[in-house]
Order: sequence, then C-alpha cells, then structure tokens
Amino acid sequence: MITEFGHFALILAFCIALVQAIVPLVGAAKRWPGWMAVAIPAAQAQFLLITLSFAALTYAFVVSDFSLRLVVLNSHTDKPLIYKISGVWGNHEGSMLLWVLIVALFGATVAWFGTALPPSLRARVLAVQAMIGAAFMAFLLWTSNPFLRLAVPPMNGEDLNPLLQDPGLAFHPPFLYLGYVGLSMTFSFALAALIEGRVDAAWGRWVRPYTLAAWVFLTIGIALGSWWAYYELGWGGFWFWDPVENASFMPWLLSVALLHSAIVVEKRESLKSWTILLAILGFGFSLIGTFITRSGLLTSVHAFANDPERGMVLLLILAVFMMAGLILFVVRAGTMQARGVFGLGSRETMLVINNVLLAVAAFIVFVGTLWPLVAEMFFDRKLTVGAPFFDTAFTPFMVVLGIILPVGAMLPWKRGKIGSVMRSLMPAFLLALAVAALIYAMQSGKSALAPVGMFLGTWLVAGALVDLWGRTGRQGWQQRLGRMRRLPRADWGKAVAHAGMGVTMAGIAGLMAWESEDIRVAQVGDRFEVSGYTIWLRAVNEVPGPNYRATRAEVALSRGSESIGTVFPEKRIYPVAGMPTTEAGIDNGFLRDLYVVIGDKQEGGGWAVRTYVKPLANWIWGGAILMALGGFLSLSDRRHRVAAGARKSVAGGVPAE
Amino acid sequence: MKRLVLILMLMAAPLWAVEPDEVLDDPALETRAREISSGLRCLVCRNESIDESNASLARDLRLLVRERLVAGDSDREVVDFIVDRYGEYVLLEPRKDGANLLLWWAGPGMLILAALVAALYVRGQRVQPGSEPEALSADEARRLDEVMKDE
Repeated sequence: MITEFGHFALILAFCIALVQAIVPLVGAAKRWPGWMAVAIPAAQAQFLLITLSFAALTYAFVVSDFSLRLVVLNSHTDKPLIYKISGVWGNHEGSMLLWVLIVALFGATVAWFGTALPPSLRARVLAVQAMIGAAFMAFLLWTSNPFLRLAVPPMNGEDLNPLLQDPGLAFHPPFLYLGYVGLSMTFSFALAALIEGRVDAAWGRWVRPYTLAAWVFLTIGIALGSWWAYYELGWGGFWFWDPVENASFMPWLLSVALLHSAIVVEKRESLKSWTILLAILGFGFSLIGTFITRSGLLTSVHAFANDPERGMVLLLILAVFMMAGLILFVVRAGTMQARGVFGLGSRETMLVINNVLLAVAAFIVFVGTLWPLVAEMFFDRKLTVGAPFFDTAFTPFMVVLGIILPVGAMLPWKRGKIGSVMRSLMPAFLLALAVAALIYAMQSGKSALAPVGMFLGTWLVAGALVDLWGRTGRQGWQQRLGRMRRLPRADWGKAVAHAGMGVTMAGIAGLMAWESEDIRVAQVGDRFEVSGYTIWLRAVNEVPGPNYRATRAEVALSRGSESIGTVFPEKRIYPVAGMPTTEAGIDNGFLRDLYVVIGDKQEGGGWAVRTYVKPLANWIWGGAILMALGGFLSLSDRRHRVAAGARKSVAGGVPAE
Repeated sequence: MKRLVLILMLMAAPLWAVEPDEVLDDPALETRAREISSGLRCLVCRNESIDESNASLARDLRLLVRERLVAGDSDREVVDFIVDRYGEYVLLEPRKDGANLLLWWAGPGMLILAALVAALYVRGQRVQPGSEPEALSADEARRLDEVMKDE
C-alpha cells in the first residue's frame, strides 16, 4: 500500500512539474502575476510529493519488502540497517529518484528564499527547473520505475553489491548528485536570464551560492569516491582517470571556473555572456556524466549498448537541454552588455586566465574520455586513453593555475600593479622556493614531481596566509590578529579553499613520488622491514561478520623500538552475492600511511602480504576537506545569505574582497 | 554502477596485483617489468594497468612481460610483442600517430585558441566608454585642424 502511495506521489509530482514548467513561463511572458505565482506552490508541492515517494521507497527497503523488484535485487534481511537505507540509492532506479528529489529540493529553495528576486525571473527559473525535473521524472517512470512489484515475491533478496556496503561509498553518490543537480540550478538561472534578456549583479549574487553549493558537494563526493578507492581496491590508488571518474571531474572543473567568473559578474558586471555559457556547459557536463555512468557507454567499449534504451533517453534529454540552452545563448547573448571595464593587470584578467585554464583542462578531460569512442567510430582504431595521457596533458594546467593563483587572489579589481602584489608575496614565494630546493637536494636527483608539488603546496598555503594578513591593515600585530578573526567569512573561505588546493597538490605529488612497496609471502609470526618500518604478521583468523565471512590478519607495526600500532587487514567474502572484497589495514599518519593488505594463503604455507608506505596520502583528502570547508565558510557569509541577495543589487561600489 | 559490476566480476577471481611468486629475482629486470606493466592496460578492467589489476588475465600478461624480459627482449620489443598480440587497445598511453595526433593536439590547440579569444576580449573591453579615449584618426585630426583654423 505504501509502495503504491509512493508511486502515485511520483506521478502526481510529474504532473505538477509539467504545470510548473508551462504556466509560470506564459505568465512571465504576458506579465500575469497570478500565473507567475503558480510556480511557488508548485515547486513546494513537487518537492513534498517526491520526498514522500522517496520515503516510501526507503520504507520498503528498511522493512525488506521483497514484493518490490528493486528491493529483491538490491537488499537482504541480514544487511545492517545503514546499508539497507543506502541501498535505496545504490542502484540505478533508486538513485534516479534521489536525483529528481534533489532537483525538486533546489527548486524549492528558490520558492522558499527567493522573495527578493524579480517575480518574472523567479517564475522563469522555477519553470526551467521544473522542465528538468519533469524530463527526469518521465525517464524514471517510463524506463526505470523503482516501484515495480513482483507477482511472486522471493523469500529473501539478492543483497546489495558488497562494494557498496561501505561507509565511503554509501554516501558518495548522494553528494555527487547534490553537486550535479546543483548545477541544474545555475543552468535554470542562466536560461531564465537569457529569456529575460538581463544579467546583472543581482543575478550573479544568486548564481554564486548555488554554484558554490554544487561545487562543495561535488568536492565532497569526488573525495569520498577517491578515498574509497584508496582503501578498498587493495593497492591504494586514489584516481584512475576512469571515464566514470572523469564524468564527475569535468563538472567539478567547470563549476570552479563558474564560481570564479560569477564573482566577476557580481562584483564588476563583466564576463556576463561567458558566465552564462559556463552555467549552460556545466550542467551539460553533469548530464554527460549521468549519461556516461548510466548507459555503460564508456566504462568499457565492449559494454556499448549495455542499456541502450535508457542510454538513448538520457542522450535525448541531454541533447534537448543543451540545444535549447545553446540556441537561446546564441540568440540572446548579444544583449548582455558588460559595464565594468578593467585593465590588463587586474583581478578580472587573472580570473579570465583562471577560466581559460580550467575550461581547457575540462576540455582535455572531455576529449580524452571520449576519444576511444571517436577513434573506434571514425578511424577504426580500438585504443585506450589512460592515466599516462591525462598525466601529461592535464597536469601542466593545474601547475600553471597553482602558480598564478596567489597573485590573482591578491590583485585589486579593475586596475592593479602585479609588482606590488609580488612584493607582498615575496616571503611566501621564497619560502616555497626554499622548500622545493631542499626537497630536490634531499631526494638525490629523482623526478621533478615532488619539488614542484611541494613548491605549489607551500606557495598556495603561504600565499593564502599572506592574503589574509594583508587584509588586516597596518597597526600592530595584536590588532591585526584581532582583525583577522573578524574578517568576513567569505575572505576566510577563499583563503581556506585555496590553501586546501595547495595541500591536495602537495599530497598528490608526495604520494606519487615517494611511495614504496613490498610484496612477499609471510608466515604467521614473521617480522620484516619496509622502508624502516617493522611489520609483524602476528596472526591470521577467520572472523564472521553480519553478512560476510572475513579472513582477518593481525599485523603489528613498529619503527625501531617504538610501537606504532596494530592494523587488521581483511579479506571478506559475501556469500549471498558471492563476491570477495579486500579491506586494507591502514595506519593513518600525518606524514605517511602504512597500508597493509592480506592476500591468499600460499600453497607452501604462509600468506601473501603487501605493504605500502604512502607518504602524505591523507593530505589529498585533507586538502579536499579544506576546500569544502572553505566553500561552506563562504556560503555562510552574511553577504551570501540567499534572501539578502537582491535587495542590495548596486554594482558600482566594490566591497573589500 | 556499471563500473562496480565490472569490478565485481573481476574480483570474482580473488587474485591480486603482482603476487609474490611472480616477482623476478633480478631486481633490475623486475623494475623494468613493473614499468612496462604500468603502461599496459588490463584488457577486462576499467582504466587499470596490469600492474594494478586483480584479474587473472592481467596476471597472464604480467607473466608474459616477465618471460619476454628474461628471454632478453628490450622494453620496446616487449611492448611491441604485446601490442602485436592484443592490439593497440592495451596501450594506456595512446600512440602519437595518425588520427591520435588530433587527441594529443586538442589540448594545446584549444589553449592557444582560448588564449587568443581571451586576449582579444581583455584588450577589446579596455577601450570601452569609461577608459581612455582612442587617439584621433588622421581624418579627425585634419578636421579638428580645420575647425580650429576657422575659429
């Protein structure tokens, strides 16, 4: 009964979305306030109904209602409760329901907080958002209905994919969707502005928090996925340049670009049409990401047409929204008049360079991801574009970006002197150079990777500190420290996010340059050395889990006479799904991770044991957390509080950012 | 989701990347083997090299690489040998020839294009109202002279 109720709520939400997509748009064109106002209750009702629908599906998972096909395929009564819940979105149908729920949620925020928006803009934004929602609800209802029943329910389910029964991966998809779908909001704002024929500072003020939120969620989602790969796949890789990863990375890159160009629109009323284009493309890449992930098109070339029907429908949705967006852009972009002008040495110019680098970097990822397909279709070559290509083609952009970042962040708007900024940054620059030189000297002429990475890391963190310090005026240091505390949160957010970028860069370079590895057969009781650490395989036991069996090793770690701790690497078998997984035993440290994996029992006795020393591994995710934290700080700034936005829409004065 | 299914299928054979019994006794050869393997794709995986992959096919390839190295092949010969058998598809780094040049040049080409457009934009917007007026053209200068003379 509850299931049918959920199904019905979804159908009703679809109908409301259709109304919301048409009536307010007509109302805005004809200037009929009543018609425009329809959008507001509609957006709220739509959100409420989809929430109910989602709750109904969650309920079915929690009580293990095996009359539901989706529950049978993805759940099991023995599964811990948290994975019963995460099982709701651990599959195609349920995750699409989560997707439309988030579309509606973002729409509802405009209905709740958008009182200060011009009514016609608000109506149009909500109408475009409803079009996106309606398209995906149609997709859901007609090709991937989560509420299908089975005539003969089985006794138990087939269990959720064991790899998904993991805290990292349980929350990886929802965050990614929040990010992907957050970009739908900026897309709606972009299209609404094009229809309206007006982009001003108020518009930028509204787009920024949504971009920021989308970017924060994407950052968290990508970091969770990468962290999961690190500890779960058994050798500690953190990024594979896999098509599915690239699919989430391209929107991330574009949202970073959009975030920065929207600042220019808001503060300086410049770069308007470019920002609109970025907003359209950003959502386009989100849709491409969804398409790549769902269609199985690129995961492996052999999996082409894995799910042709769904893939084609998604491609159609993608094509319609992108065509509509781009055509509207071509027709209307000419009306966007830039107001603010700027000189060559200005923050605007630096942000233009930032955008060029990020957009081209995203383009490279895009081309590299799709190239195998193009080569096969047009040149009859079956080939692979793997990590070596991306490392070569992509990394330089991030290096250049890192080098110019602190300078751009401190240059004044409109017209500034790079020389004077460089003077205040000189201590940071020298420090970074010294660190790089020291590391170069220490590592006896190996690759340039580590020195460059450490240079960028130091330069970005120190640069962010110099920037903050520079905002505190010229009094004594006590007053300056006090003032630093009271700086606007947006300033702190910017500094923290930029420093986080540096930390991540340093972590990636450190891990890739200095990792060491040991593979061996060890008997229980054996001790051996890996890069100065003593590894002691003390015991190997069979341990039962709630819905799996584990082979668990007890490994004591020490350095010299100092004990570091004990880790318990596991190898698990999930009998229902018939799949093994590895759980690495990781001793996390600030400067290094010790990473131990237990393998198979060997014929001659003993166990295969792999040990890695992974320097600075945690910096990669630590940096990502800092970036997300910076985003949240900035979001919580008084100036960004959504409702406060449009009231103060004067663009002329440049506040102290 | 598809990728997980794929990983799972691969993990069904509980093997893992480079096992102790594969490692060659000669450390120099082993280092070369590892380097070569990290550039070869595991044919049944996502973008994983055979060095990282758990699949049994990857193990076969790793053993093959080592066999060829022990037989005295150069790194290049080993790679060519494997490409002959499995096709270009095994190379993680696409070759820089033929149509692939499009791939390799797409990034730099786009960068040049984008930098040009951006430079033109930044220059162009500087001479809009509000910034310094342009110098007079020759025609305008002559007319100004005429006007001044008339005064």
